[in-house]
Amino acid sequence: MEQQTLENAASQQPKVDHHPIKVKSSKVCVSYGEKQALFDVDLDVPANAVTALIGPSGCGKSTYLRCVNRMNDTIPIAKVTGKIEIDGQDISDPELDVVELRARVGMVFQKPNPFPKSIFDNVAYGPTIHGLCKKKADLEEVVATSLQRAGLWDEVKDRLHEQGTGLSGGQQQRLCIARAIATKPDIILMDEPCSALDPIATAKVEELMHELRENYTIMIVTHSMAQAQRVSQKTAFFHIGYMVEYGDTDQIFNNPQDKRTQDYIFGRFG
Amino acid sequence: MTDISTTAAPSAPHWGSDTARKRVARRYGADRRLQIYGMAAIGTALGLLALLLISLIFAGYLAFTTTKVNLGIFLDSAQISKDEPGKANYRKITRDAFYGYFPEVTSNAEKRALAKIVSSGADYIVRDYVVSNPDKIGELIKVAVPVSDPFDQLYKGIIPREINALSPDRLVLFDVLTRRGVLSIENGTSVVQVDAFVDPAKIPAEGGLEAGAYQAMVNEALKTYYYQEASLAYEEILSDTAADVLKAYVLANPSSVGTTIQIKLPLSPNYDNLHQKGEAKILNPRFGSAKEFGWFDSLVTQGLITTPFTWELFTNADSRFPEMAGLAGALSGSFLALMVCFLLSFPIGIATAVYLEEFAPKNRLTDLIEVNINNLAAVPSVVFGLLGLALFLNTFGMPRSAPLVGGMVLALMTLPTIIVATRAALKAVPPSIREAALGVGASKHQVMMHHVVPLALPGILTGTIIGLAQALGETAPLLLIGMNAFIPSIENIGLTQPAMALPTQIFSWADSPERGFVSRTSAAILVLLGFLVVMNILAVYLRRKFERKW
Repeated sequence: MEQQTLENAASQQPKVDHHPIKVKSSKVCVSYGEKQALFDVDLDVPANAVTALIGPSGCGKSTYLRCVNRMNDTIPIAKVTGKIEIDGQDISDPELDVVELRARVGMVFQKPNPFPKSIFDNVAYGPTIHGLCKKKADLEEVVATSLQRAGLWDEVKDRLHEQGTGLSGGQQQRLCIARAIATKPDIILMDEPCSALDPIATAKVEELMHELRENYTIMIVTHSMAQAQRVSQKTAFFHIGYMVEYGDTDQIFNNPQDKRTQDYIFGRFG
Repeated sequence: MTDISTTAAPSAPHWGSDTARKRVARRYGADRRLQIYGMAAIGTALGLLALLLISLIFAGYLAFTTTKVNLGIFLDSAQISKDEPGKANYRKITRDAFYGYFPEVTSNAEKRALAKIVSSGADYIVRDYVVSNPDKIGELIKVAVPVSDPFDQLYKGIIPREINALSPDRLVLFDVLTRRGVLSIENGTSVVQVDAFVDPAKIPAEGGLEAGAYQAMVNEALKTYYYQEASLAYEEILSDTAADVLKAYVLANPSSVGTTIQIKLPLSPNYDNLHQKGEAKILNPRFGSAKEFGWFDSLVTQGLITTPFTWELFTNADSRFPEMAGLAGALSGSFLALMVCFLLSFPIGIATAVYLEEFAPKNRLTDLIEVNINNLAAVPSVVFGLLGLALFLNTFGMPRSAPLVGGMVLALMTLPTIIVATRAALKAVPPSIREAALGVGASKHQVMMHHVVPLALPGILTGTIIGLAQALGETAPLLLIGMNAFIPSIENIGLTQPAMALPTQIFSWADSPERGFVSRTSAAILVLLGFLVVMNILAVYLRRKFERKW
């Protein structure tokens, strides 16, 4: 039944072209030492929509995603050129503090990676270090709403002080999403969030993305084309460092323009 | 079956073929052999360890009890002033109280021998007791004071009262005398009949018969039975009075000078004993006379001898008398040195490791530093001692023998261990945790202090405690900076005061000739091992407690 609704949703994703542009990239290049991983990516990501980045392994989609919250800064040999703007603000501006940026741009990783702390502390960590909550009651409020939005509240409300690492894989990933949204970001980056999850947990996370889309701009890297079809309104196809094609999800999957996109979508390579 | 295996391609032999079976058997054999080698190695190591522990415990457990005598001492207010209780002659008070148990002993020589039963440290114990209880002056007190080392060892059965000490060439001489039939018993003592030539050449003109070399004549007489190069053999086999017997005879018979006379000379007590009872035993030379045993035995039968636990081993400082020697000085010295070592090496080590692991750029310089730190962990500790001697003592002029310097030298030695362990622990923290923290917007400092260091803490603590345990057992560097001072009192303990450490105390006790230090040394080693075991258990406990799963 649930599967049915998801497939229906996938076949007819709403149009988001009238949404304002949230993340605007122009000529983004990334190289790791001698090796260039990303070439001149121009990508306009609309607000309050899910944008899927698809492509074969090593195509640079994760690399691009990590540019948006400047996670590539933590790799000493990585060099990023070009320009990424969020709401018109250049994120590579030296005036902009990278910590503030990452508070605004949450990230969910491929493997669920909750801190080895209590469920409460996991969610409360971001608001605490950013000083978002002055009082303990506020913090509890933020933790509760974040967990509710992540659809985990009912499962964990009685054991908030148990270890976050003791949850199941799907619950852990939703905990990571709750942790990411607790800092009240505008954008959530998801790097293959469901690759370590079973289909039931995946369905829950996908459902969650539908709901979060109302309030957040979501960018998701995925290897599953079915998932991209189900959850995203826009899709970008990457291939060996180039962004080949970008458009509405329905258009990319039903009527791809580029030969390489066609080959990938229809399973002729990758 | 055979057909199949012969027709099968040689590259893919049948499972049941002979070569396949042989190969399987060889593989199983190799697996088994590897297991056996491993088990043999572990077994040997465990066996040797058990042997070490057992021998230490056997040698050392006796040092955990002390033989004490409960003395009733009357604190005469005429002898001890209430205002200055420390000033009295406690040596006399203690001895007089002890003599009181032996009214039959009157001569000064015997009293001196008697006083040797009680430890020389007894006076101080009585003094300390009176000083801390001045209201007892004028009363009869009961104080347990240790007996001296030989009696302590005797009571514990470590040394015997008599030992086999007749040397083989004396026994040969004795055998010759026995076979000649010249030995007999007269008036209860064994005598040997000799033909003694009263040599006029051995009687000087001046002193006359009184001054004759009678011992030499006696030795000459025995030489006719059995020739020995050294005359010592004859003197030992005969009683000290043998020469006097000859002298008395010659004085009584002056005409015997120049003639050979037949005379019976008494044997020494040991050989008398051997002749009459057939026992070749002599008194243990650690004791003065057999009388001492009688006195000691009477103390035992009066129930005055007890063997309580040796708290003094932990409360007393070092002493020349093993029954009084304790580890308090060494324990405090080791504690202070380890504190200094910990306070220096723990923060510096962690800071170094965190910087090198997390912040330092990867270049030639940091590579060089890294290689050198790893190599420093393998440098012999005596080299660090030399460095400390040259740098801290000679260049900086810091105090010799001080725990401060000892701790600094040990910190030099411990630092590489802590740095290497900390780096390994930091490396073991999964990168996903760092990414997670960075992803929610933690700064580099927050990632380190909130996540990575706490997660690495079990490993860091384990490395630190192992390093400190190594430092606790280290002797050579402490010897070089002189941390083997003789510390007879724990009143002047301080970071810059001369001090002793546990391993150097063991080293110095092992060097001491008194029998009691043998068991004291083993006991000290057991104490050191005990501390090491406790520290290792602590390391395991901390690791378990702080270990988190992710």
